[in-house]
Amino acid sequence: MINVATTMNQDETLDISRLTREQTALEIRGLNLFYGSKQALFDVDMNIARGQVTAFIGPSGCGKSTLLRCINRMNDLVDNCRIEGEILLHEQNIYGKGVDVAALRRQVGMVFQRPNPFPKSIYENVVYGLRLQGINDRRRLDEAVERSLRGAALWDEVKDRLHENAFGLSGGQQQRLVIARAIAIEPEVLLLDEPTSALDPISTLVIEELINTLKEQFTVVIVTHNMQQAARVSDNTAFMYMGELIEYTDTNTLFTTPAKKKTEDYITGRYG
Amino acid sequence: MTKWFKSGAPWIWMTGGAVSLSLVAVLGLLLLIGWRGLTFFWPHAIYEWQISSAEGERYTVIGEIHDREAVPLAQLRGSGLALEGVTSDTLTRYLVKTGNREFVQLDFRWLLETDIVSREQPANLAVFERSNHGNFYGYVERVLEGDSVVGGEVREQLKERIDRVGELNSQMKALQRGEIGTINFELEKLRLKQRRLELDGEATDEALADIRIEEQQLRADYQVLEKELFALREEARRDSVVVRDMRGQEVTISLGNVLDVAWPNDMGLVAKTLHWFKEIGKFVSGEPREANTEGGVFPAIFGTVFMVILMAIIVTPLGVVAAIYLHEYAGKNNLTKIIRIAVINLAGVPSIVYGVFGLGFFVYMVGGSLDQLFYPESLPTPTFGSPGVLWSALTLAILTLPVVIVSTEEGLSRIPSSVRQGSLALGATKAETLWRIVIPMASPAIMTGLILAIARAAGEVAPLMLVGVVKLAPNLPVDGNFPYLHVERKFMHLGFHIYDVGFQSPNVEAARPLVYATSFLLVTVIVGLNLTAIGIRNHLREKFRSLDQ
Repeated sequence: MINVATTMNQDETLDISRLTREQTALEIRGLNLFYGSKQALFDVDMNIARGQVTAFIGPSGCGKSTLLRCINRMNDLVDNCRIEGEILLHEQNIYGKGVDVAALRRQVGMVFQRPNPFPKSIYENVVYGLRLQGINDRRRLDEAVERSLRGAALWDEVKDRLHENAFGLSGGQQQRLVIARAIAIEPEVLLLDEPTSALDPISTLVIEELINTLKEQFTVVIVTHNMQQAARVSDNTAFMYMGELIEYTDTNTLFTTPAKKKTEDYITGRYG
Repeated sequence: MTKWFKSGAPWIWMTGGAVSLSLVAVLGLLLLIGWRGLTFFWPHAIYEWQISSAEGERYTVIGEIHDREAVPLAQLRGSGLALEGVTSDTLTRYLVKTGNREFVQLDFRWLLETDIVSREQPANLAVFERSNHGNFYGYVERVLEGDSVVGGEVREQLKERIDRVGELNSQMKALQRGEIGTINFELEKLRLKQRRLELDGEATDEALADIRIEEQQLRADYQVLEKELFALREEARRDSVVVRDMRGQEVTISLGNVLDVAWPNDMGLVAKTLHWFKEIGKFVSGEPREANTEGGVFPAIFGTVFMVILMAIIVTPLGVVAAIYLHEYAGKNNLTKIIRIAVINLAGVPSIVYGVFGLGFFVYMVGGSLDQLFYPESLPTPTFGSPGVLWSALTLAILTLPVVIVSTEEGLSRIPSSVRQGSLALGATKAETLWRIVIPMASPAIMTGLILAIARAAGEVAPLMLVGVVKLAPNLPVDGNFPYLHVERKFMHLGFHIYDVGFQSPNVEAARPLVYATSFLLVTVIVGLNLTAIGIRNHLREKFRSLDQ
């Protein structure tokens, strides 16, 4: 069993089964997702706590990334993808009629598995989202760059070469740059899709520390393969298996006294 | 043996052999046309032969050796030559360029080895390059200013005076092209204005009187300029040179007609090299003379480059936009597939078919309608309704469109989806992602398409013959008269120039080296255009290196 207590940095303990409206960032209600005729998510119901880190764990193909990508409607890009149920952000269904997807994605930022900086300078990468919103005021952009890069713990490393190509950075730096780019537009929710799976252990550590500081400003949802990582960085953990949400509770409980057999089998390494 | 086969060595030899064969082919081609083309400008030795023909005539021939061949004795005997006492199987025959076109029937003739009594290379044999009648070979006897003989060193006097004529000639050209050209242009505009007024029924006496006044003013200006021109021409004709030619007669040549003089037998290596560069320079920057068999090819170079650039400006946006629709927006169904296959197959349509299409659609339909709508006053003389550089560029743009579409699509599909998603996840719409990320990243591929398009278009001649190329265009498509770009004009093209000089020329022997030289120049121009595009592409590639590299 993984020892969670020492690495957890939970200031307040929330009971996620009884969140108040203010404490809820997202509500997922009866979510079913189909790729063509194949169902990938089965009736998922969960509330994601505001200002906390929520981790989705589970074996490969269990639907945890799919669920994450539902939250900012990235699945819209997949042909034949059909979604039933609703996800509420500010009590508005993001799959409702007339929802501006671009506006939603400004509220729900996302960082992908592999670092994907744009072929532009570091500076232009960070301000990309702001320029999209029509912000071109030099001073505002400069401020945003410094704030975001500091927020992503990258400022000290790149402050002297902001106008160099982002591809000159190492993998770990690129991933932090991508995080800086995501937080530059000040989203409410930040989705991290296995953000360290392509990185070396030291970069992983840096990003994990970063996640701990990010939750002061953002609600963070992270998908990870790595149970130790989930235990280290998250406040709440959802275990998924074969497209179903098996167990969802605070990380401490899930890793120490799981309620379901499948969860226990997974976290003790019997499959996955 | 089996082991040797299994080791893969034969395979390596075979593939390597294929590469070397291609290399040899390419280098061989470049070397051949480069050598044949460039040696033409090298100052050749001028010989003086004493000939004693089979019929017993004795005469002198002066000229350059243009070619030589070994002829079998039997063939010569068969053609009626006795050739007694000859023992060897073959005889050498020289093709000699004798110049002096106005005094001899043919400026090329064959000299048989056995007829030659002696051959000399006198240092004071001069070759005159003239603006008509081609070269003149002979000995300079004296230089005349008016009717009086000029003293002093003959060569220096001659060079000085030819430079003076050159100066006068360029003044005349500037006058004709510049001010006189402008006046002609204005007169034509006035004529059209009057015609328009008549067509519109507004040709009141006042308006006509205004036009007449303007016209008179212009004609008065014209007369002044014309006088100036005639004076210059008279000035240029002041001097002349007396030359003794191969018949032994003295001939007076007006220097107004002479472009250059040289004594190639008296030149050292340095002087020859300088002369060579000068000749190449004249070829590249000069205008053609004497039905294109002499002079330079500048209008053809200009026409080729101008047309290709115009085509690139048309084809790039069109091809890119079409490719974006096909790749990004069109549904992934059978119709899209059919369209894509149709586009790819368009590249296989013979180019002359595009020429026919261009003539029927662009020139007659579009151009004809444009004339009806906007230029009724100049009808029945067509403005856009006749072949021109715009229609050529459009025809070639259609011809090269598939290439641009295919490579742009390929470039679009190579852009990692993670980058697109990264942009979408930041709240960009699909169109914003396209503009800010996808198209810049695909720009190297777009450039590749453009490079292929340029390579194809610059070498294409067949369709152009229908839609705008001419043997000799009086004006470049760009000049100093408003609107400066005259895309309705016909133009000259290096590819067509090669065909014209090589196969349509009245003097095939004289023109043949020019065919090689022009071909070499065409290759150089295409390579130059391509290198520019490749340079831009490499710069873009460096800028938009994709993630997986």
